[in-house]
Amino acid sequence: MMAYENQGFEDAQIYASREEMESLVLDDNNNNNGNNGNNESNPNSVRSNGGGGGANGGDGVQSQPYNHPLSAPLPFAEIPTTDDDDPLLSSSSPKKSPNSFNSFLEPPSYAEAVFRSFDGDHGKQVNGHGGVSTSSPSSSSEYLKISVTDPHKEQDLNNSLVPGGNAYMTYLVTTWTNLPEFNGTEFSVRRRFKDVVTLSDRLADSYRGFFIPLRPDKSVVEGQVMQKQEFVEQRRMALEKYLRKLAAHPVIRRSEELRLFLQVQGKLPLVKTTDVASRMLDGAAKLPKQLFGESVVSAAVDPNDVSQPAKGGRDLLRIFKELRQSVTNDWGGTKPPVDFEQELSNVSQQAESLVKAQQDIGETLGQLGLAFVKLTKFESEEAMFNSQKVRAGDMKNVATSAVKASRLYRELNAQTVRHLDKLHEYLGVMLAVNNAYADRSNALLTVQTLLSELSTLNARVEKLEAAASKIFGVTVREYERIKENNKNELERLDQERHDDFFGMLKGFVANQAGYAEKMASVWETVANETSGYAKNS
Amino acid sequence: MQQRSSTGGGGGGGGGLQSPRSPSSQPPYLSISVTDPAKMGNGVQAYISYKVITKTNFPEYQGPEKIVIRRYNDFVWLRDRLFEKYKGIFIPPLPEKSTVEKFRFSAEFIEMRRQALDTFVNRIALHHELQQSEDLRTFLQADEQTMERARSQDTGIFKRKPSDLMQIFRDVQSKVSDVVLGKEKPVEETNPEYEKLKRYIFELEDHLAEAQKHAYRLVKRHRELGQSLADFGKAIKLLGACEGDALGTAFSELGAKSEMLSIKLQKEAHHLLMNFEEPLKDYVRAVQSIKGTIAERANAFRQQVELVETIKLKEIDLNKYRLTRSEKTLEAEHEYEELKADSEEATKRFENIVRLMNEEIVRFQEQKTQDMGLAFHEFAKGQARLANGIADAWRSLLPKLETLSSS
Repeated sequence: MMAYENQGFEDAQIYASREEMESLVLDDNNNNNGNNGNNESNPNSVRSNGGGGGANGGDGVQSQPYNHPLSAPLPFAEIPTTDDDDPLLSSSSPKKSPNSFNSFLEPPSYAEAVFRSFDGDHGKQVNGHGGVSTSSPSSSSEYLKISVTDPHKEQDLNNSLVPGGNAYMTYLVTTWTNLPEFNGTEFSVRRRFKDVVTLSDRLADSYRGFFIPLRPDKSVVEGQVMQKQEFVEQRRMALEKYLRKLAAHPVIRRSEELRLFLQVQGKLPLVKTTDVASRMLDGAAKLPKQLFGESVVSAAVDPNDVSQPAKGGRDLLRIFKELRQSVTNDWGGTKPPVDFEQELSNVSQQAESLVKAQQDIGETLGQLGLAFVKLTKFESEEAMFNSQKVRAGDMKNVATSAVKASRLYRELNAQTVRHLDKLHEYLGVMLAVNNAYADRSNALLTVQTLLSELSTLNARVEKLEAAASKIFGVTVREYERIKENNKNELERLDQERHDDFFGMLKGFVANQAGYAEKMASVWETVANETSGYAKNS
Repeated sequence: MQQRSSTGGGGGGGGGLQSPRSPSSQPPYLSISVTDPAKMGNGVQAYISYKVITKTNFPEYQGPEKIVIRRYNDFVWLRDRLFEKYKGIFIPPLPEKSTVEKFRFSAEFIEMRRQALDTFVNRIALHHELQQSEDLRTFLQADEQTMERARSQDTGIFKRKPSDLMQIFRDVQSKVSDVVLGKEKPVEETNPEYEKLKRYIFELEDHLAEAQKHAYRLVKRHRELGQSLADFGKAIKLLGACEGDALGTAFSELGAKSEMLSIKLQKEAHHLLMNFEEPLKDYVRAVQSIKGTIAERANAFRQQVELVETIKLKEIDLNKYRLTRSEKTLEAEHEYEELKADSEEATKRFENIVRLMNEEIVRFQEQKTQDMGLAFHEFAKGQARLANGIADAWRSLLPKLETLSSS
């Protein structure tokens, strides 16, 4: 970063000859510079230039450079804690003084203190929630790190009705972990997108009431597009991000489903569940033992209490009333307002416009700079008068400053995108929240349905009472557990959101301030150098 | 970087007014301001009028101060007259006639035009030769009726600029003589230095036009960024209202700052337009004006050359008549003398233009270095001011965010 810092500023000044000035190609030069922020992320920059930039060679080769930063320097990289990743957020911690922001004008410390980017791309985030996350595991020495690499085309020979068969992409899913549930610390399996869908569905079944991260979209595209590098790369990134989010979730990371997905070689040993209806009515029968015996979910409801009341018809009605009452209370208290999602979406949109506007102004400044560079060259080439030489000199200063400012805008934007990306992420989270609530309402519906059916069947009350006590108890228990999951999740999410958003805000604001100061200094120099003209007029 | 060489003739920059008949008690001055644009008339006929205030101690002028009302077309008249009378001098450029109807009365356009017109007349007033123009006096002092009469006389039925009319006339004339003299090619100077200058002027215009285009875009970009920030600020304030508590407050503060910065950006956009983009446009116009002078010089040269040729032919005729003792001899001699006088005049005119242009180019280069220097200064100053404003605003928010995040 330091090297770049000086280079970026010195570059334009060293350009004494007009040829060099003219070859100030902003695009390539700048992209590489802009992403060479950290030593580690050098290989990254090739890839992060978009599909065109570094995506040469075959499938396997493309992802190789990406792999290295992860494995080479930090083989068992830890999930970053608050201190590690973003110095902007740790300004309250002792090692960063609040006055570090005043050192903006000194390039080295300035760059170090403020612009150490989020370690290259978002893709490098170990837990998908970015720099600050309090969802790190209970003990900081536990980690579960996943990477998705090496997309590879394979043939589905079993179902081939067409010669050539159905081709599909598989990805290498590599896990590093020290969690006890896993046998081993490092292992890889090959999975295809369909497997991820299955995993996601099974998790949704098993963890109703939890805010499960949304899986990447199934894209409905043609077979050929599926194999296009850009699409493949996008999908790889999305899968990685998704798996990392799962790994970050305190409950899901310990799920059997995830473990099977990550560890079991060959065919994925999870059965795809398409039966939604059964979820509704047979909820009790299909409950995995986690919901019953899970230690993480505190059983606020004593199972015995719930199953007791099924002594007689009158009691059923009473319990029904009580349940209904409690649910009404629940909904009023903890359901997030719909407004929030709307506003969030709106902010997300505006954030995109802001980024575009920043990009545009940077571009135009660059073009203006180049136009003046050409003018300078022209005026000085065969200057007939001294006044022309003077003017050419003035123009050159303005030109180089405009080019510098243009580069600064570019960098600013790259950072802004990262900060404001949080908003987009949170849109995804909000949808997950809504799904969890949907689960809850489904469960409640089940309960209510059963109760209403039971209450009308007078003749078979006794028999049904016996049955009901089992089903009813189980179903109520299930509902209560889901509710509890909701509550815990909501609290967890609230705290996370609180931290994340503050991180985003502080980062965004510090970024804007920092770059603005840099730009001010650039222009102040030119203003001083040309101040003589002002006195004359 | 700040050498201000005062070589060459002419009153470049400030001061240095020369009026041969001014009293020695006070340095001569002629200072004009174009102010108070006002919309006159209705509908299609509507136009903007300006107050032109002249302060001077030139003896040719009536009194120390005079105020007249003028409209854009009056300025055009003045420019055309000067262009006709002062060949060889780079007449200061005028702002363009507006083509887009709805834009014609926008506050910004009017202000830009007013500024440009003010610069125009003052440049004339500061030019040691142009300032003595009778047409300038008319423009600055005559009542509206006289002005209108003068204006309509010169534009004629075809509603063309006088220079245009003269140009057509000359073209026809020269075409006729070309045929008579058996020439098809236009006659041009073979002066390498002058060739270089011509090439320079034409290329300069292209470069400047491009720079000006980007400068204008930059103004737009500032406006767009300002708008984005305003929208973003509003949206994030609404989000803050949803959130409540510390986070909500943080969002609200951020939103408020965004909106404040949006205003700064709009201001800077305006400053950029008036103090950077407009001078660049002015530069382009000045170069175009020089192209007009180049055309005039070419005309003058052609006339001179043609007259020389015509005289030669006339001489042949004359000798023929003399030999044959024809009655036409006297007439021919008379014509011959006339032609010689014309030729001398044409030569003088041409040489005058050459001399003036040489002076003018020096003055022009100096003036442009000055003008651009100021424009660059304003540009840099504005950008620095904006950047500092942005930095201050955001930096002041950080401690607040710190407090809120830990609460």
